Amino acid sequence: MSGKKAMSAENGKMDLSGVTIEDGKVAITEYLSIDLDKETWHCRRCDQNLGSARGPYKEALVVYEREPSEIHDPVIDPEKYAFTYAPDPDWCRIIEYYCPQCATQVEVEYLPPGHPLTLNDLVLDIDSLKARHAGGEA
Amino acid sequence: MTNAKAPSERSLIEQFLDDNVLFLGPDPQIMADHSVSTPTAVELAAVDAWQDRSDEVHLIRNRLQTACNESFDMVEQMGAAPGAKWGDLIAGIFSSQGDLALSSAGGVLIFSVLAQHPVKFALKYWKDEPTVGINDGDIFMHNDARYGNIHNTDQSLTLPVFHNGEIVCFVGSIVHEGENGACEPGGMPGGAESPYDEGLKMPPLKVGENFEFRKDLLTFLQNSVREPKLQMEGMKSKLHACLRIKKRAEEVIRDYGIEAFMATIRGTLTDTEAEVRRRLQTWPNGKVLTNVFADSTLRENVLIKIRCEVSKQNDELIIDLRGSSPEFLNRANNTVLASMKGMLAQLFLMFIWPDLPRNQAVFAPITVLTDPGSALNCSPEAPNAQSMMTFFPAFTAVQNAVPKLLFAAGFRSTDIVACWYNMITTFVYGGFNQHQEFVGNVCADLNGMGGAARATRDGEHSVAPIFASMADIGEQELIEEEVPMMKLVPHKVMVDNCGFGKQRGGHGYQQIVTHKDTDAWGYMVNSIGAKFPSTYGIFGGYAPGCYPLCKVKDVNVFDVMKDSRDLMRFTIEDIMNEQPFPDATYSAHHAGLQFELAEQGELYMITQGGGGGYGDVLERDPADIAKDWADGIVSKKTIETIYFVVMDYNTGALNKEATEAARAAERKARLARAKPYKEFAAEWTKDKPPANVPYYGSWDDPTVLYLGTPDKTCPADAIEPVMMPDPKDVEIAALKAELKALKA
Repeated sequence: MSGKKAMSAENGKMDLSGVTIEDGKVAITEYLSIDLDKETWHCRRCDQNLGSARGPYKEALVVYEREPSEIHDPVIDPEKYAFTYAPDPDWCRIIEYYCPQCATQVEVEYLPPGHPLTLNDLVLDIDSLKARHAGGEA
Repeated sequence: MTNAKAPSERSLIEQFLDDNVLFLGPDPQIMADHSVSTPTAVELAAVDAWQDRSDEVHLIRNRLQTACNESFDMVEQMGAAPGAKWGDLIAGIFSSQGDLALSSAGGVLIFSVLAQHPVKFALKYWKDEPTVGINDGDIFMHNDARYGNIHNTDQSLTLPVFHNGEIVCFVGSIVHEGENGACEPGGMPGGAESPYDEGLKMPPLKVGENFEFRKDLLTFLQNSVREPKLQMEGMKSKLHACLRIKKRAEEVIRDYGIEAFMATIRGTLTDTEAEVRRRLQTWPNGKVLTNVFADSTLRENVLIKIRCEVSKQNDELIIDLRGSSPEFLNRANNTVLASMKGMLAQLFLMFIWPDLPRNQAVFAPITVLTDPGSALNCSPEAPNAQSMMTFFPAFTAVQNAVPKLLFAAGFRSTDIVACWYNMITTFVYGGFNQHQEFVGNVCADLNGMGGAARATRDGEHSVAPIFASMADIGEQELIEEEVPMMKLVPHKVMVDNCGFGKQRGGHGYQQIVTHKDTDAWGYMVNSIGAKFPSTYGIFGGYAPGCYPLCKVKDVNVFDVMKDSRDLMRFTIEDIMNEQPFPDATYSAHHAGLQFELAEQGELYMITQGGGGGYGDVLERDPADIAKDWADGIVSKKTIETIYFVVMDYNTGALNKEATEAARAAERKARLARAKPYKEFAAEWTKDKPPANVPYYGSWDDPTVLYLGTPDKTCPADAIEPVMMPDPKDVEIAALKAELKALKA
């Protein structure tokens, strides 16, 4: 087998070398981390507390509905053509989620108008996460 | 009345049914199972005997891997189909039970998990069947996706390899051959309304003995398609590639013995699965939910939901796609479940663990859940020639979800990648070429899709499709020798054609195509995403935009430009907006075009999609913006209103202070215009899909599927197939209504 093994065959310890730890918090995505002691989500840019890590971080964010053609410019004249390279606003809207403190754009969703927001897009097993970072098997 | 039968009577009935099978169809057990077969006693003994000789096993594995790569190159060099010449194929070695253990490093890795089914069918049904059998020298072929593989434009060829009278492995090659006699030329009929419109459909079929094709069957196959020479040439090139792998396998057996060979084949499967489980173990346990929307059946615009929940628990991954759209019984965009699994496996082979051997064991620890009768697990009577139109979005759903688990994984063998552009935006063609031969196939440009942004770098332009890490877009000069198409603008990168982000996606290119020297030529296009983007960004990055098909009809540009070459424009934007050709008809459509005859000199124009963006646009390094400006791939509007960078457009010099001020102001503006989540959600969320959009799939509850209107639903576990009206009937009805209104 080529490549590095994910776990050492010698001691059975899980390889966690790829995990980023910042100020004691585990980086979970580009913009989210978890404080395992306090069990809280945080913004990785400004450290804003984004609520319980056992709940959805999105509830702590602020949200904006974007007209899709503001991002995806109609390349060809919408007066002349029905299809223009811009999404059809009757079919598609852009939902932007910002950190309430530093305004970093944490997530973007493309949804049909009125479609339920994906609140629970990331639900982690916090007990398991704590156990693995405490050195135990999870 | 009771159905209970005495044991003896039940046995009699079962015996009667066993003895009187009227029809063999796809085997549900084979098609549902993507796990690695249980090792035989011989394999276990071989692995045990060689477990301490890993260096030699490694050497043998590399010899066999080289054989697969060598055979891949042979098909690429010998094959006549565009798919063969430009790398849409694999070559590989299967275990004696039909598990694909090793395959060529390049090409269409999706086949790596799909090739096993026809081999297993042959073993189960033909090996002991007196009228068929599996003997040394036999040649088997197959192309019906209901028995494995993606769609019936792909043809597989396999040979059994014997040692001392026993099957010790199979060798095989699968190629996107193209033309297959379907209702539209080229092999991927978007207009198919039933499986019987899709052309040649071979279940696993013995087509030759003693390493020679049977002339009667070859003749049948050649007469079933529009390109008989291509059919024969494709069969011969695959046969000789397989013979080469067979030769190499026999050399390994000669040099190391059969036990070492068996230990390597089985050990490769076992080790791969074990390593995948070890790697999954380092991902955090949890669930990720994502929704993806396909916007077309290729014939009409509808919104097709793909709901995807990815759960990771210890060393297992569950991909739950229940709640996705029902199947479309008279449209070609449905997928056989096994085909979709192959596509999802591709994600892990190409984007997550590209260092692992290319075999089916990579996907063994992964479970896929779907609703039977959905577009992602269609019934046998649903056409599937364009299965990509639902399994590509399913791929994107998983690609969109996985980074949220992979980012915090202890072990990674790749960068974190946003969503790759997921369509096959190219032309399928058909007609009489300049040599007066009837041809029908696909342009290899489909291998040039925009790469996604990564955590540490921008996506690459027009680099590869999602299903083949190493494939080629073809040489234009060679293509023009064979077909009368002329790309007036062959591969021109388009401004702003990517997902914006901290790292931007790679750009796709635009193409402006016409043809000459034939009076019978037509085009097809098979892509979705003209109303709703098909591909997404991650971690705050944006999707690429939408992609229409544009046409300029009622003109022969060769005639018009004979004395006025200055009329030509070299971007779709300029042609469509300036409309430079007098009296021509300009139109834009969704990019699902069924076969359409065109006149010489008319223009058909498409745009390859860009990759998804990664991260917040306000974090993009202004120096990268300046470089994109210098490269001509970003507009002033995007620089100023999306990236909020201030620069001198003449010199490219950045104004750092002004940029920081503009970005700070935008951050303030974001907070001013946004609302707290709960307040926003309360205003935004509707109970049902909008009435003005034909919506298919679940809304909030994955157990209830909408069937095109807000008022019609079915349970997800008892799906009603969707039958779509003919778009021409819909148009006629609208015109009649308009006429009636005018007369009133």
